[in-house]
Amino acid sequence: MRTKVILGLGAVALPLLLRNLYVIMFLVPDEMEQGPIYRIFFYHLPAFLVAAVGYLTAMVASVMYLVKKDQKYDAIAVAATETALAFAAVNLVTGMIWGRIIWGIWWAWDPRLTWALISWLVYFGYLMLRSAIDDPTERAKNSAVLSIFGSASVAVTWKAIEWWRTQHPGPVLSIRTGGVQKIDPMMENMIYVNFLALLLLGVIFMLVRLRQEEAQREIDALRRYAHAMN
Amino acid sequence: MDERNITFMFYGLAVAWGLLALYAVLLGLRERDLTKQLETLRRMVEEKK
Repeated sequence: MRTKVILGLGAVALPLLLRNLYVIMFLVPDEMEQGPIYRIFFYHLPAFLVAAVGYLTAMVASVMYLVKKDQKYDAIAVAATETALAFAAVNLVTGMIWGRIIWGIWWAWDPRLTWALISWLVYFGYLMLRSAIDDPTERAKNSAVLSIFGSASVAVTWKAIEWWRTQHPGPVLSIRTGGVQKIDPMMENMIYVNFLALLLLGVIFMLVRLRQEEAQREIDALRRYAHAMN
Repeated sequence: MDERNITFMFYGLAVAWGLLALYAVLLGLRERDLTKQLETLRRMVEEKK
């Protein structure tokens, strides 16, 4: 059943991603001041949004694990976290490439960039922590706590462009500016459409990763069973 | 327009697609490895029964 869902989502996501790439490359006009480089923005911002959805999913699953003590929620949390890290990496690296041209530097220690990097490192640490704990219950409990605390860094990253005067551009989406149009509506729509495509891809990654986590748990159980039989 | 502007745009798009493709490949390799492990263990447990 899950394989069919993954294939179905893939059948929608892949054509949409390719269509979006075509539109981004050939149909949207250059930005007046930035030139062609601003097209990176159509991946940079949606990748951040997908990562934020992943981190949020992991946080909710972690809370659910601590409440229900069901390993299913731990599996969801790790699948969401790993997927979010992949998209957050896209966000960070594309931002650096954009910054090299627009700011003349690869990196600035401004609050938004710094907190985005801190979030990435916290969740990378989450994966490292998991690999360091053998007992499944201890692993799930400790990583759930870290995931919940880590979500604070995601919230700070999200609000950084409002709380501080950052080198990073401020909010541009009209849903965050109270309806004020900061960019051309065509550009804003393209961001939403590519967010949808990347979100579908993120859901596919997460479902595949979730299946792998379940397979890993079955492997661990079979190993214990085989060991007990000896 | 600076020629580097368009070059870096390509770098940016390539990195975005490349990182996601790399993660997809890593997922695929892990899937293959886990399936192999699972089949071996299932067979081993069946033989021991």
